[in-house]
Amino acid sequence: MVEKTVTIQNAHGLHVRPATKLADLAGKFKSQVTIHKDGQDVAARSIIELLTLAAAQGTQLKIRAEGPDAAEAVDAIEKLVNARFGLD
Amino acid sequence: MQILKGTPVSPGIVIGEAFLLDLEEYRMPRRAVEPEQIEQEVARFQTAVDAVVGEITEDVRRLKAAMPEDDLHKIFEGHAAIVNDLVPSVVDSIRKYRFTPEHAVSKRVRTIVKQLTSRDDPSGLAARFVVDFNDVEKRLLRALFGERGGLKGGANGKSVVFAKDLTPSQTIGLDRTKILGFVTEFGGRTSHTAILARAHGIPAVVGIADVTRDVSGGDTVIVDGTKGIVIVEPDGETLKKYRALEKNFISFERRTADEMRSQPSETRDGIAIALLANIERPEEAATARDYGAGGIGLFRTEFLYFDPRNLPTEKEQFEKYRQVLKSMDGRPVTIRALDIGADKEVSGITAQERNPFLGCRGIRLLFERMDLFRTQLRAILRASAFGKVRLMFPMVSTLDEIKQAKAIVADVREELDAEGVSFDPEMPVGIMIEVPSAAIAADILCTEAEFLSIGTNDLVQYVMAVDRVNEKIAPLYQPAHPAVLRLIRSVIDAGARAERPVSMCGEMSGDPLFTALLLGFGLRSFSAVPSALPEVKKVLRSVSIPEARQIAQDALALPDAHQVVEYLTEKTRRIIPELF
Repeated sequence: MVEKTVTIQNAHGLHVRPATKLADLAGKFKSQVTIHKDGQDVAARSIIELLTLAAAQGTQLKIRAEGPDAAEAVDAIEKLVNARFGLD
Repeated sequence: MQILKGTPVSPGIVIGEAFLLDLEEYRMPRRAVEPEQIEQEVARFQTAVDAVVGEITEDVRRLKAAMPEDDLHKIFEGHAAIVNDLVPSVVDSIRKYRFTPEHAVSKRVRTIVKQLTSRDDPSGLAARFVVDFNDVEKRLLRALFGERGGLKGGANGKSVVFAKDLTPSQTIGLDRTKILGFVTEFGGRTSHTAILARAHGIPAVVGIADVTRDVSGGDTVIVDGTKGIVIVEPDGETLKKYRALEKNFISFERRTADEMRSQPSETRDGIAIALLANIERPEEAATARDYGAGGIGLFRTEFLYFDPRNLPTEKEQFEKYRQVLKSMDGRPVTIRALDIGADKEVSGITAQERNPFLGCRGIRLLFERMDLFRTQLRAILRASAFGKVRLMFPMVSTLDEIKQAKAIVADVREELDAEGVSFDPEMPVGIMIEVPSAAIAADILCTEAEFLSIGTNDLVQYVMAVDRVNEKIAPLYQPAHPAVLRLIRSVIDAGARAERPVSMCGEMSGDPLFTALLLGFGLRSFSAVPSALPEVKKVLRSVSIPEARQIAQDALALPDAHQVVEYLTEKTRRIIPELF
């Protein structure tokens, strides 16, 4: 299992648009990717579950992946989050 | 042909096509799906999903074309992703629990919404997502219910809106120029729908139980807002009769407006009376002028806040305020600070409260949301450099609140001064009188407030302890109750003694029934929906101040609202017989 912690930097938090991007990206990998926030963990490929995190700016999230391309998946998602999802 | 009877709340006769709102309120078919029909239902759901995704794609394309620089379309792309993401769980519950697709969709979305709203949400993010999920649910249900909704093309200029009830947030998004009439299942004379309809001179009938079940989108309907009758799919003869009535009514209204426009607003004995307009969108300033308004007595600013995802910037607000000042061409414009809470909900700003009418609303909410408050004050002050602006605070109940609000205004003024931004340093700051404590202690509040405006809609509800949107107790909502009349008179007296201008901007000031009475109490400034002004002017031009005083004295001697109304009707009928 691969795990990394990231911080949401977008002013509007993990809202519909970034969540769409994240879910799309997670869906491209074979590994099971999950996102964790204080005890809640959700499937990264589900936009609905991502939204239920209601992760505002400054929230720390753990990205976890298990599977053949786990490291690539976590790296790619970390990059996306740190690039502010290409938004704002 | 089906004839339905309800409560008439806004006069006039129109013939149009039924247009159903409130799809999420439709009865959810909860019956279990027969086992052999399960796959058929799954297929029906899949068709609806395809239709909705297609519809969203079309919206995205349209938005991109219309506003290429705007990112709004991306939100809708997200909605398509949400729809697709819902599919597995919905199909699962159709198969496993034999739910109908409608029920399965609603249940799934309700669960998500519950999850979002069940915990602390300091950022307001979860509340905003609720709007997205509700939107997606609505689209799916609409697709599943098919044509019955008839919402697809939007209102078309012949539309009569049918709904269970209309909330302020729903109606604020409607294009009113495309709506001929309103019919709702709930509500009374003081419901939001009624006030809105009268404000725009749109005929309306409320309180017809189950009407949204009896009418289908596209049905031909006649609305008689004077008698409270709605006729669905009328026969040829009825239609002919009502076409003639429709024409007559329009001509009476227009005649009064034309007749009054050029007449001075003064009593028979020559006392000048200010006739001002209540508006809730900048475009309505033109209508106000057309109806002969001498200024804007109440410019509601809630319209700026209906989309919680795009709260108005200072510049956007400033432009809107300036637009109104420009239309009014030097005439006074009273801008009311944001007044939400109670029945005016804005998701992400207003909270769910047990007792919202007694809750955090009006100025109370502004103190909680200093960010919104200061932005609005900056915009209003900046606009004050371009015309005669007066600033008004809603829902004030104590002297301290006025002091506090004025301190914030002073602070914002200093800030603008430091930035070298110009504004009117003399801009008057006043308050609404709509809470009993403020009305009873009006003399004390006058030490800080530079003007008063009596908001009778809320004042009556608080004095009578009657929720104005609860139709069960609607008969107890009595603007003509002796307690209300005494209180109004004492506020007007207090203002006169303190030499503070007093205006009235509630429903009562636009009702010709009360015009002479209010004049008799000493009221010299009336603010009402533009379409009500010609009739009010007609009454005030026909009475002298001594006559009005006599009417006030006689009315105050009567023991109950019923007799007061009867007495005033008798007096007013002599002036405008066509109204009764």
